[in-house]
Amino acid sequence: MSNNWEMVIGLEVHAQLKTSSKLFSSSPNQFGSEPNENVNFIDSGMPGMLPVMNFGCIEMAIKTGYALNFKINKHSVFERKNYFYPDLPQGYQISQFEFPILSEGYINIESGDNQKKIRIERAHLEQDAGKSIHDIDPKYSFIDLNRVGTPLLEIVSYPDLSSADEVINYMSSLRQLLMYIDVCDGNMQEGSLRADVNLSVRKKGQELGTRCEIKNLNSFKFIKQAIEYEFQRQINIIDGGGEIEQNTMLFDTSTGETRAMRSKEFSHDYRYFPDPDLLPVNLSQEQIDKIKPLVGELPQDKLNKYLDNYSLDKDIAKIIIAEKQNANLFEKMISESTVKPKFIAAWLVGDIFAFIKENNLEVNSLNDKTKDITDLLRLISDDVISNKAGKEILPKVLNGEGKPSELVKELGLEQVSDSGELEKIIDEALVGEEENILKFQGGSDRVLGYFVGKCLKATKGKGNPKLINKILLERLKK
Amino acid sequence: MKNSISQIKKALIEKKISVGELYDEYLAKAKSGNNNSFNLVIDRENNISSINDSQNRYDNGNPLPLDGIPLGIKDLFCTKGIRTTASSKILSNFIPNYESFVTQQLLNDGSIFIGKNNCDEFAMGSSNETSYFGPVINPWKNKNSQKDNLVPGGSSGGSAAAVAEGSCVASMGTDTGGSIRQPASLCGIVGLKPTFGSCSRWGIVAFASSLDQAGPLTNCVEDAAYILNSINKHDFNDSTSSNHQREDYLVDINNSFEKKIKIGIPSDYLEDVSDDILNQIDNTKKALSKHGIEFVDVKFKTTEYALSTYYILAPAEASSNLARYDGIRYGVREDGESLDDIYLNSRTKGFGDEVTRRILIGAYVLSAGYYDAYYRQAQKVRRLIKNDFQRILNEVDFILTPTTPNEAFKIGDKLDPISMYKNDIYTVPTSLAGLPGISIPSGLSKNGLPLGVQFIGNYFEEKSLLQLAALAEKELSFNE
Repeated sequence: MSNNWEMVIGLEVHAQLKTSSKLFSSSPNQFGSEPNENVNFIDSGMPGMLPVMNFGCIEMAIKTGYALNFKINKHSVFERKNYFYPDLPQGYQISQFEFPILSEGYINIESGDNQKKIRIERAHLEQDAGKSIHDIDPKYSFIDLNRVGTPLLEIVSYPDLSSADEVINYMSSLRQLLMYIDVCDGNMQEGSLRADVNLSVRKKGQELGTRCEIKNLNSFKFIKQAIEYEFQRQINIIDGGGEIEQNTMLFDTSTGETRAMRSKEFSHDYRYFPDPDLLPVNLSQEQIDKIKPLVGELPQDKLNKYLDNYSLDKDIAKIIIAEKQNANLFEKMISESTVKPKFIAAWLVGDIFAFIKENNLEVNSLNDKTKDITDLLRLISDDVISNKAGKEILPKVLNGEGKPSELVKELGLEQVSDSGELEKIIDEALVGEEENILKFQGGSDRVLGYFVGKCLKATKGKGNPKLINKILLERLKK
Repeated sequence: MKNSISQIKKALIEKKISVGELYDEYLAKAKSGNNNSFNLVIDRENNISSINDSQNRYDNGNPLPLDGIPLGIKDLFCTKGIRTTASSKILSNFIPNYESFVTQQLLNDGSIFIGKNNCDEFAMGSSNETSYFGPVINPWKNKNSQKDNLVPGGSSGGSAAAVAEGSCVASMGTDTGGSIRQPASLCGIVGLKPTFGSCSRWGIVAFASSLDQAGPLTNCVEDAAYILNSINKHDFNDSTSSNHQREDYLVDINNSFEKKIKIGIPSDYLEDVSDDILNQIDNTKKALSKHGIEFVDVKFKTTEYALSTYYILAPAEASSNLARYDGIRYGVREDGESLDDIYLNSRTKGFGDEVTRRILIGAYVLSAGYYDAYYRQAQKVRRLIKNDFQRILNEVDFILTPTTPNEAFKIGDKLDPISMYKNDIYTVPTSLAGLPGISIPSGLSKNGLPLGVQFIGNYFEEKSLLQLAALAEKELSFNE
């Protein structure tokens, strides 16, 4: 029974920083180039080449420090982590070890209905390695060094996570924060955000067990699958009288299983030592303070603002703050029009997001259409057109087929809100309905719906339903 | 007999010789190759445009500071389009596509490279016997044993021998624990190791990054100032390059000091040394005392730890710096059944014994469980050594020491690595402190072999250090 078992998980998240050049060289830091296109003499480990630190990476680390409640260390040191591999041309990875740039942070995540504080031990800067490609040729491996030297921020949590869902919440909160402060593009498919999961199991209330580390997971789905599989695997071993070996595991995405890559006996001795080619990073308080304004509003700040100032429903507010570009679009619309934020929000998370999803668009691509969108929303909220008509026109507006007011005229969707005209139609509709009128007066509310429907039909759907409702009630109560 | 840079420039300006004729003269000597001081020489055709450009500048009356001067370059500097081997088998086919910062400055100032000087493999050695291309022979002979071939010192042994034999006007060397000063001393020439951080390390095959420093080996102190003027510049591509204001090292070099100068002689350096070595210090003391310079005894507290500290830190850095030579992207690859075999075979066959030894020592002192006892401890001792020097340089302007504990020895004489390491006993402490040091010839041994003394100055005070060395040189000069 796995009921008495609990899992204890710590996460090492590698976030690729969105700098224009690499951590220690001037070659471009971009995904999707031709193999070995973004490689210079430093990246390829040529003799006599020296690293020069890209200060942009330090600034991004400091921003992260603010966003994840870290202590930002004025003194940090780049060290060499020595090991041999063909996609590591220097023969060592430059990383921070004894003195990381950030220590002792935390974020709050949702766990069920509660908030849970996840403590983060440290975050440090390091170089990414290149890529080895083994499946092009049966005899040879191919090496792409484009990724060599890409700046990574490795964020190491304490073992405070105790379920796959918590891990997913933690990871997505991290992703959201890093994207908000514009230090990582959050693209997990392209490997911009990857996680190593350290997992051990124990009977509730007992000492920590031996952990295994599952390397390099780059999707929420895989993280969840890997955790669930590994949890069960460890329980099965212990239940079967075995002991957990401290192993480094790989997750096989095709079978959904984890398997041992190397055990502790074969683990590397990385022989870390301070990189003599680089000076220690010594920051002044002014340098650190200067970065603070660049952090901007964080998701929690926005959530509070949306709830308190704009009276949004919490669920809707959360959808909007989930990604910074959503919030930016929303706030742009608010700033450009007098339509109520709550009304804008409802349309945004409803029909507008549906349109974006259906057409596979980027939220950002609507940034130049906000004026048209809010013009349309104004027509709806002023009852110039019906909700239904609004839904009909919205895709045309988003496709740039015309201005909302023109489209309304073109399609003849303007609502009949002239009470004289509506009264005439209603009176005609009530002729011969004495029986139903009596039913209504006898207390049957259902009849009202029947009458509204009949009147709307008579206006070919263009009658303002609210007004029809109002006039009907006056007539029927007589 | 050997002409200085200023004398050669004068002859070129006065058209007593052309740039091409000058080049040919030195090339002929370099090509004769009696002492194996070059790994590669550059034929006139391959330098013809540099030679013509240089001649044109002389003809137009606007020569550059080192225009037309034929230089040797230690085969540790990457030279664009010219094979650069670090005297190692593993790089024996390597042609860089870039020019080191220092050699680029020398080219910018009009000098012409005559070839790449032999050296110890990856600059690891004190006798130039570890080179894949064979040992360099010291042009000097023991007058009591003329047939013996002697070492030129190392690791810049090819550079020192080439300057001494007259196959280049000057040579660029590198010094990690004495690799410029020690061979200069054993070959009877001048060798300057500038302050760490003076000359960019960009494009120099790295041995121990926190110690490596480029510097000139020259016939006279003034020539060292000429070269230093060219190479001593801040470089953004070397994070350890200092951005202090550089001076013109030729100005005042022949003037006497305005203020009273005090020189410290560390008595602990002179225990158990031969009369030959003691004589060098006495000669120098006598010569400079004539100029009103005062000498005082000073005592270091850390001398006995310097060599072991060095032989922990330098191999530690080397073990990591040499990891890139894996046969994968460039250099010599030996095939193997697996990736591990390729690494193992390429590195086992590509590196010589001394390099392998130091990689092993370095990996050992950085290993888990040994790091604190060796590497971390050595870093702490290095700090104490620096402080020790600082304490003494607060009391005196310069420090005078022998450069080497002995004269040039026979090739093959010192097979035991430890006795070889002891050759650097006087130069290593300066390197650990990062201070500038210059070796100048001070006299001949009983066997008629050259010996040198070392002056050590304070950080970035190369100007007064050269001035002092020039003054001593005038008094001590000897001719073979």
